[in-house]
Amino acid sequence: MILLVDLQEPFQFEFFRHALLAATMVGALTGLVGVFVVLRRMSYIGHGMSHSIFGGAVVGYVAGINFYVAAGIWGFLSALLINQTTRKRQIGADAAIGIITTASFALGVALISRASSVTRNFDAALFGNLLGVSTGDIWVIAGVLAFTLFVVFFLYKQILFLTFDSEVAPVYGVPAGWVDTVFSLVLAATIIASIRIMGVTLIAASLVIPPVIARLVTDRFAVMLVLSSLLGAVIAFTGMFISYYFDVASGASIVLLAAAIFALVIGYVTVRNWIRFGRPVAGTRKLTSAESQALFD
Amino acid sequence: MAERDNQGYIVRMAGLSAGYDGRPVVSDVDMAIRPGEFVGIVGPSGSGKTTLMKVILGSVAVYDGTAEVEGRPVSLRHRPSVGYVPQLETIDWNFPVSVEEVVLMGRSMRSGFWPWPRREDKIEMMRLLDRLGIAQFRRQHIRNLSGGQQQRVFLARALIRNPRLLILDEPTSGVDIKTRDDILHLLVELHREGVTVILSTHELNAVAAHLPRVICINRGIVADGRPSEIFTTEVLRQTYGGDMVVVKQGGMTLVADSPHFFDDAHSHDEPPKVLA
Repeated sequence: MILLVDLQEPFQFEFFRHALLAATMVGALTGLVGVFVVLRRMSYIGHGMSHSIFGGAVVGYVAGINFYVAAGIWGFLSALLINQTTRKRQIGADAAIGIITTASFALGVALISRASSVTRNFDAALFGNLLGVSTGDIWVIAGVLAFTLFVVFFLYKQILFLTFDSEVAPVYGVPAGWVDTVFSLVLAATIIASIRIMGVTLIAASLVIPPVIARLVTDRFAVMLVLSSLLGAVIAFTGMFISYYFDVASGASIVLLAAAIFALVIGYVTVRNWIRFGRPVAGTRKLTSAESQALFD
Repeated sequence: MAERDNQGYIVRMAGLSAGYDGRPVVSDVDMAIRPGEFVGIVGPSGSGKTTLMKVILGSVAVYDGTAEVEGRPVSLRHRPSVGYVPQLETIDWNFPVSVEEVVLMGRSMRSGFWPWPRREDKIEMMRLLDRLGIAQFRRQHIRNLSGGQQQRVFLARALIRNPRLLILDEPTSGVDIKTRDDILHLLVELHREGVTVILSTHELNAVAAHLPRVICINRGIVADGRPSEIFTTEVLRQTYGGDMVVVKQGGMTLVADSPHFFDDAHSHDEPPKVLA
């Protein structure tokens, strides 16, 4: 009974109700989009784009432009620039992302150091903060979630084919350039919508951990999509209470909870496969270096 | 079909030069393939086999000359409707997809807006999986299949498009002799049904045994004709840059590496051991 009363306590604050709703939607959104990020081996892009968008947000703030407009334009242009640069064979994808996104992040940092009054706001942008989530923010997140669900539902077959076999899908008529552009738009929108809750530095983990946990327990793409979205939502919902009660940044509490669940699931799968196959990790796949970085950094 | 092409060719290249990033991989290629032919392309690694196939698929930039499929010019913007089986080495075997999901990808642009497959697509998929002998694995993850079964899954994905032209990039690579033989017999069967088949391979003896026509390439066409006629020491030297022995006996053509006589060297040291 005491526990129930305690859990109800934060609901008396409007900021918490807003933040909880926003975080749950952000968790579902990043869980859903993260499946494609992980399977396309784009974890590093998610990490880089969030840093790039930070630069755009600061430029927008200094120039007096709306956060979503500035971050949106900057994010979309960064995604297109990354796509174009990675098509050059002489430059590796990781190098291209590293150059473009860190340059953008550095621009944001440089502008902040020139205007010390904005530092406090951007601490929240870096690590996430459950204070100050407005009704407008909730509508933006809901809009991005609805748009993403629409895209995934109606382009499901094409995105699945392109994600699985990017070489053959265009041969069979899948408009790869167009689908990639839509996906870049979805990814940029997801990161922008999530930035206030998760923080720039922690978004990549929320894009990677739920899909990786889902991948550990299923071999089916559709199940992975649903499971990853549900996990993202539940982890974010629970993480917000942890953030409230322990007075920890919301992004950090969500990511720490996700990492703990990941550790439990990988431990369970390892032991299960050890018993079943006589070796520790059969049936699970090796993480890419970018995924490992997002999980353990 | 072939009626569209006045010359009666399903694939035709003239003075073709194609490659990547402005650098041609193949040059001066003249080639014509009629509907219903079964053609093998052989050559060393990096000789342009895959590039030539990608020209037909419209995936590679053409720098000079022309490439036509079914009488229509092919380019990065105008891709022909063909069935394509890529090298299995390019597949991510940990991707969470089942056999039936992979096969149905072949219809992803023809099966409406809904994310689930249409009934007729599922019926066609089952018919193909039955024919290829892998229907019992349809719900399995692709990683759990043998090399030959995996090859059939990707063949089914190509065939579900009902292609008149089927292109396979090294379909016999990395499989055992029995599986290789099964795959080639299956392709012969499809060829007899009227499908034009073009495949690349390193298996010269398999080509000689199963295919009526072979094209030897090394950044350009070295020879083109029946295996029994063009598999000669000279042609293979021009193609591979090394000496090979060609044995022709009883209507069979066999290609072997030039012996290095290690046995002679060995015989001076110690006598051979016979375990059986």
